[in-house]
Amino acid sequence: MIREYETVIGLEVHVELNTKMKIFCGCSTEFGAEPNTHICPVCTGMPGALPVLNKKVVEYALAAGEALHCRVNRRCRFDRKNYFYPDNPQNYQISQLYLPICQDGWLEIETGEEKKKIRIHEMHMEEDAGKLIHDEWEDCTLVDYNRSGVPLLEIVSEPDMSGKEEVLAYLDKLRTTLKYLGISDCRLQEGSMRADVNLSVRERGSKSLGTRTEMKNLNSFKAIARAIDGERERQIELLEMGRAVEQETRRWDDNKESSRAMRSKEDAKDYRYFPDPDLPELSIDRQWIDRIRKSLPEMREEKQQRYQEQYGLSEYDARLLTQSRPLAELFEETLRWYGDPKKAANWFLGDVQRLLKENALEPEQITFSPEYLGELLNMLDQGTINQPVAHQVFEQIFLYNTEPRAYVEARGLALVQDTGWLKELVIQVRNREAEAFEKWLQGQEKVLGFLVGQVMKEARGKADPVQIKKLFLEEKDEDDNH
Amino acid sequence: MRKQIDREDMEHLCVLGKLNLQEREYEAAAGELQKMLDYVEKLEELDTEGVEPLCQMQTGENVFREDTVTGADRREELLEGAPARKEGYFQVPRTVE
Amino acid sequence: MRQKIEEMTALELGEAIRRGSCSVTEALESCLAQMERQEPRLHAFVTPLRKRAYEQAKRVQEGIRQGKYASPLAGVPVAVKDNMLLKGTRTTCASRMLENYVPSWSATAVEKLEEAGVVILGKTNMDEFAMGSTTETSYFGVTRNPWETSRVPGGSSGGSAAAVAAGEALLALGSDTGGSIRQPASHCGIVGMKPTYGTVSRSGLIAYGSSLDQIGPLGRNVRDCAALLDVIKGRDSRDATSLDHPQESFLKGLEGKLRGLRVAVPREFLAGGLEEDVRNLFFQALKLLTAQGAIVDFVSLKTEPYLIPAYYIVACAEASSNLERFDGVKYGYRAQDCQGLHQMYRKTRTEGFGWEVKRRILLGTFVLSAGYYDAYYLKAAKARRLLREECDRIFEKWDVILSPAAPTAAPALGESLKDPLQMYLSDLYTVTANLAGLPAVSVPCGTDSQGLPVGLQFMGAALQDQKVLQAALGYEEARGSWQLPFQRGGEKK
Repeated sequence: MIREYETVIGLEVHVELNTKMKIFCGCSTEFGAEPNTHICPVCTGMPGALPVLNKKVVEYALAAGEALHCRVNRRCRFDRKNYFYPDNPQNYQISQLYLPICQDGWLEIETGEEKKKIRIHEMHMEEDAGKLIHDEWEDCTLVDYNRSGVPLLEIVSEPDMSGKEEVLAYLDKLRTTLKYLGISDCRLQEGSMRADVNLSVRERGSKSLGTRTEMKNLNSFKAIARAIDGERERQIELLEMGRAVEQETRRWDDNKESSRAMRSKEDAKDYRYFPDPDLPELSIDRQWIDRIRKSLPEMREEKQQRYQEQYGLSEYDARLLTQSRPLAELFEETLRWYGDPKKAANWFLGDVQRLLKENALEPEQITFSPEYLGELLNMLDQGTINQPVAHQVFEQIFLYNTEPRAYVEARGLALVQDTGWLKELVIQVRNREAEAFEKWLQGQEKVLGFLVGQVMKEARGKADPVQIKKLFLEEKDEDDNH
Repeated sequence: MRKQIDREDMEHLCVLGKLNLQEREYEAAAGELQKMLDYVEKLEELDTEGVEPLCQMQTGENVFREDTVTGADRREELLEGAPARKEGYFQVPRTVE
Repeated sequence: MRQKIEEMTALELGEAIRRGSCSVTEALESCLAQMERQEPRLHAFVTPLRKRAYEQAKRVQEGIRQGKYASPLAGVPVAVKDNMLLKGTRTTCASRMLENYVPSWSATAVEKLEEAGVVILGKTNMDEFAMGSTTETSYFGVTRNPWETSRVPGGSSGGSAAAVAAGEALLALGSDTGGSIRQPASHCGIVGMKPTYGTVSRSGLIAYGSSLDQIGPLGRNVRDCAALLDVIKGRDSRDATSLDHPQESFLKGLEGKLRGLRVAVPREFLAGGLEEDVRNLFFQALKLLTAQGAIVDFVSLKTEPYLIPAYYIVACAEASSNLERFDGVKYGYRAQDCQGLHQMYRKTRTEGFGWEVKRRILLGTFVLSAGYYDAYYLKAAKARRLLREECDRIFEKWDVILSPAAPTAAPALGESLKDPLQMYLSDLYTVTANLAGLPAVSVPCGTDSQGLPVGLQFMGAALQDQKVLQAALGYEEARGSWQLPFQRGGEKK
């Protein structure tokens, strides 16, 4: 008989919080600086240096706790996790074990039509480690402490996920939520979001959990999906052969699409956690939590709902528009200058999305003024410019934040409003393309496009095709009346 | 809890604390540790049921830094005492096989 | 007739400098001359800073002319224990690990000394990483007791205590984790104070037991110590455990006060290892206090049997973690010829640390390790809570807890390290103040039958540092004049 297995997955997600300075010292958290230029005695573990907690880190953690429906530990504390490694300058990491800031929350995910609540076990604050670079030339390792002490929030889920679809949905939802809160960039590639996968398998229907492994070094959604498949298969294979899964930490190699156990004699896995005596216990009162709650932005679900109700957008459009908070805010800002939400929405779902993709930009990198887009749409509605010109001008706005009215004027892109001149062009074309015109009169509707195109060519684009069409229809009426 | 310290315990502690002991030192260190542990065992008789541990001195209020960058580039200053460095980095023996 | 510099108290010298009857350089030279005489026999300093001190003296003199300093100690030469960072000068913690370590910044307490115009004479010897009670575990060799050079000066701030007792410095900074200021003060016949935890910033103090460590003054009398504490105290944005002490100035308005002082003596402290001579001197002091109008009674301290166990568990646990940063990566000693990273770690730490440090790392590592944390570390932390609560209850009724500072006078060199546990037990009277974060002062109360000084310890409730100083000053005044060997001219070889 073939046994059926199910997968049980829990995630430990680390996100770097985007505070200006590190968690325990005044050094900048800026990404990509020259090595060791954002360091001080505290984040390099110099003798006598002491940590002092950055208040913003607590506020960001509380905001995340609220958004993930967690219970806040009104008394929370930092603990030392002791292990020797050169990226860890004190050889202990300041983290939270015994009294983490938040516990017992949940996050609702959607896979296809199904909704599911994934429980959050706990959330805690800790410091990031430095970066190690392996120098093949001299066969040594180089240490850069710029990242040492960058604040991290670790979000630990319960083992509530049953496969990669749910894992990816969870990560996506978590990322959207944290980005909405504005507390992290959540970029897997840059390492500002990192996920460790705890996975076990068990026979379908079994109540008890199997032995789990922890998978590290997963730098992309694709790698996570592959690692889940790979580990699931590896564990099932072991069980099928009658062997036991060992509880261990494994490192995923996405190039080889396989993992190997991270084990060493010097790696005793006994972290000797104890309360850090340098950091006084934190007391978080109700007022503080209330203040945080009040300052939370409108989250995606609420926004999406409001877009549907207030702006009459479809669920699909509302969902797409609210995917990213900067994009949604830009959209709302545009509506201050332009009154038709549906048309504005189309513009965002069309041109804005296309240009983001073409220029490989994230929504938060958009720099154009929504006022200019509003102005452009008004010009279009008023017939000052036509649709093709509008697309062309928008590209300028998107890339260079160009003021549209001045741009249109300077390039002479405005539609010529004098219909007498246009009428003359229409008559010219009618006479020149008499044969085609005749066909159209006879009922070949397609020919009209050709005629309009001819006039547009003569007008060098400065005419509104709708207007030209109207003039041809007038011509036709006159003919009919004769 | 009466704990008997053996050779294996000492080796484990040396892995954690990153120390080497000479052959003759193992015995001395184990003996001294054993003596201390036997002595502190006295704590066991103390009734601490429901007692909140005191791990740090409370000052009673939260102490924070505000989120403003105060650090300047201190690379040279902090790298100066490094036993080994290469360019702008601290240098250590290779960490991966 | 002009008073000789070496006979002045620190405050008298500060006053003379302010009046212009003595220059800062003259004051410095008096100390340097004494150092020249005493250092060959005592070795109180790891790093004397002669040249630097001369330069500083010049600057301070100019600053005094400009009226730059508010402290009455401006221009007074002091010594600093070598576990406090002094920018640009090596700070060794008396360890091979930091033999050549030169910090790029100063400890807050040291910075405050300089801002107050106090002249730094040098860095004093200590037990390696402040682990010890004798100053014998120093990588740079022992310091000897100025009263009797065959004796230890106590520890771990033994260099600071010896420097003050020998007249090399008028005052000194020490650090106290389990008695490391008060016990050497007692052994060297001077005054030493550990303030309430948080009174002085620990920033730049190389940590031993972070929840226990506190910087404090050592001096020839209580007033001098209060003046130095005024200089170094204060909340520091670089130390989250530092606090704004409600006492604005410890010196201003300080008066000896014994009448009506309620003194509690824990019975448990008078049993067991207390030496006969020390016991007699202690009871003499009690009589004196009573005669001066103090109300003395015996109380019970039920947590007494657990003090030393709790202290060594907590101190070693914290130390094992605090000392992890000494790994040969960023600064300090790195062993040569290592195969790979972990061997580099092990070899560096094995060669860089002395035996006492290793012993405490091993104990600290053990009590935090998986399976033992609850039974040892957590249990000790709970005992600590019970002790603090018991002290709080005592201080509801009593102003100070009185005890000897140490159960014996200074031991002979080489005696203590033979039996570490016995050495640890001698911290019995001092560790309470550290475990519970309380202020305590040790004041000389006489000499034993061998002519060695013995100290009396006043301990108060948290933040009641002033009350403790008042009691100590009251006692000091009642006791009468106290002469150090160099003041008597009768120094034994």
